[in-house]
Amino acid sequence: MKSQILKSISADQLGVGYSKFPVVDNVSVSLEPGALLVLIGTNGSGKSTILKTMAGLLRPIKGYLEILGQPTGMLPKRVAYLPQHPISTHTLPLRVHDVVAMGRFAHLGLFRRTSQHDQNIVIDAMKRTGIETQANEPIRDLSGGQQQRTHLAQVLTRQAEILLLDEPTAGLDINGRKLVAELIASERARGVTVVMATHELQDAENANTVMLLAQRVVSIGPPEVALRDEYLRECFGFTQPH
Amino acid sequence: MFIEPFVDNEFLRLALAGGVLVALTCAVAGTFVVLRGLAFVGDALAHGVLPGIATALIFGVSGIIGAAFGSLIMMAGVSLVSRRFRLSGDTAIGLLFVGMLALGVMITSRSRTFVGDLSRILFGELLGVTSRDLISQVCALVIVIAIAIIARRPFLLLSVDEGLASSSGFSVRLFHNLMLTMIAVTVVASFQTVGTLLVLGMLIAPAATGALFARRISTMMIVAAVVGSFSTYVGLLVSYHFDLAAGASIVLTAVFIFAVAATYTEIIKTIKTKQSNEHEHQHSHSGAHIR
Repeated sequence: MKSQILKSISADQLGVGYSKFPVVDNVSVSLEPGALLVLIGTNGSGKSTILKTMAGLLRPIKGYLEILGQPTGMLPKRVAYLPQHPISTHTLPLRVHDVVAMGRFAHLGLFRRTSQHDQNIVIDAMKRTGIETQANEPIRDLSGGQQQRTHLAQVLTRQAEILLLDEPTAGLDINGRKLVAELIASERARGVTVVMATHELQDAENANTVMLLAQRVVSIGPPEVALRDEYLRECFGFTQPH
Repeated sequence: MFIEPFVDNEFLRLALAGGVLVALTCAVAGTFVVLRGLAFVGDALAHGVLPGIATALIFGVSGIIGAAFGSLIMMAGVSLVSRRFRLSGDTAIGLLFVGMLALGVMITSRSRTFVGDLSRILFGELLGVTSRDLISQVCALVIVIAIAIIARRPFLLLSVDEGLASSSGFSVRLFHNLMLTMIAVTVVASFQTVGTLLVLGMLIAPAATGALFARRISTMMIVAAVVGSFSTYVGLLVSYHFDLAAGASIVLTAVFIFAVAATYTEIIKTIKTKQSNEHEHQHSHSGAHIR
C-alpha cells in the first residue's frame, strides 16, 4: 500500500490515441519520484500521444493511468507539460520574459496578481536556461535554439513535481543538449519525475526507464535492456554503433 | 479642412464618436483575433449575423438583437461542425459562412427595399449613427474590455498553444468560446458603423499593424487603438471631402496604414541584416590579418 502512495505515475494496460482509435496499446509503467522515463521512437510512434494523455490533454482510451494518485488533468500546479515546437511564438509580439512568466499562470489562475516571489522564480528560470540576457527581446527575433531555451525556462517556472517534455532537445546544439541534461538531473535531484519524448538515443543515457515505441511498446526497461540491438532494429531498422 | 467638418456637422461628430468606439472595441478583440489566428472565424461570424439582422429588419425589430441571434447560431455551428465532423476547421467554417451569407441574402430579398437593406447591413451606415447607438457601443466596449481583462491569461496561453492552456488548468473549450463571444459582441456592436463586410478590416488591420511594432500585448492593443481611431478620423474626412462611402474609406485607410507600416519594418529589417552582415565580414577580415 505504501509503495502505491509513493508512485508519481502509474499506468497499467493503458491505451492512448485520438477519439477511439488507439495509437499505442498496453502501456504499463510505474515511476517513483525523481525517476526519468524516456520515450523513444520515430515520428508517429506514439511518444507525443502518451505525453498528451499523461498531461490530461487526451483521455485514456482504455486501461488505468494515475498521476500523483489522481486521474490525469486534475493537478495543473503539480504537473507541467512542454508541448512540441509551439510554432505560434514565432510571430507573437511577446518578450522572452513574458513567455517565461506564462509558466506561473497555472499557480496564479485568473485573478491572483504576480508577486515578487513569482518574479524571482521567473528570473531564476531564465538564468538556469541561459536566456536572462535576452529577457527583453521579442521571442520571434531569437534563433530556434534560444526559443526552445525560453520554453524550457517556462516549464521550470511551473515548479512542478512532474515534468512532461515533448522533444525538449529539438533545435538545440550540443551545449543546449548538455544544458537540458543538466536541468533534468537537477530537477530529478529535488524529487521531480521527468517523462521525456525524443528521437535521440543519447538522451536516454541517464534514464531509469526507456520505452521504445513503434505504435506499440517494442521494449521497456533500463537503457541497457530496452535499447538492445534487436529492439532498435525492430524500431528504427538499424542498431547503434558499439 | 481637418477640424471644421466635425465642428460644423453634428452627424460627423456622432460618426467620429461611433467610429472611435468601434476602433477601440476592435483593437481589444482584434488583438486576440490576430494572435490566435482567428481571422477566418471573425469573417465567418461577421457574415453569420446577416440572416439575423435581415430577419430582424423585416419584422421591425432592432438589428442588434437579430445580429446577436445570428452570431449565437454561427458560434454554435462553428463549434459543432468542427468538433463533430471530420473536417478541418476552415472547411467547416467556410461552409457555414457561405450558408449563412446565402440565407441572409435570401431573407433580405423578401424585403421591398432589398438593395438598400443589404447595402446597409454589409457596409454600415456610419453617417446615420445616433446617440442611442453610441450607448450600445459603449456597453459593447465595456463587455469586451472586461472579458479581455478577466481572461487575459488563458487567452495568451491559447495563442501560444492549446495544450499549454489546458495543462495550466484552463478549459480550452470554455475560453475559446469566450473569445468567440468577445468577437461576436464586437461584430454585433460594429455592424451599424462599418457593416458586416468591413468590420473584419477594423478587427485585423489595426491589430496586425500593432503586431509589427509591439513587444508586448498591451502595446499591440494601444497601437491598434491609435491606428483604428486615426483611420476613423482620416476615413471620415476623405468621405466628407470626396463624397465617398464612410465605412469603406475608414477600412481602406486602416489597410493602407498597415501596408505602409509593413513596408517600413521590412526596409528596417533589410538594413539591419545588411549592417550585421557587413559587421561580420569586417570581423572575419581583421581576424585574417591578425593570423
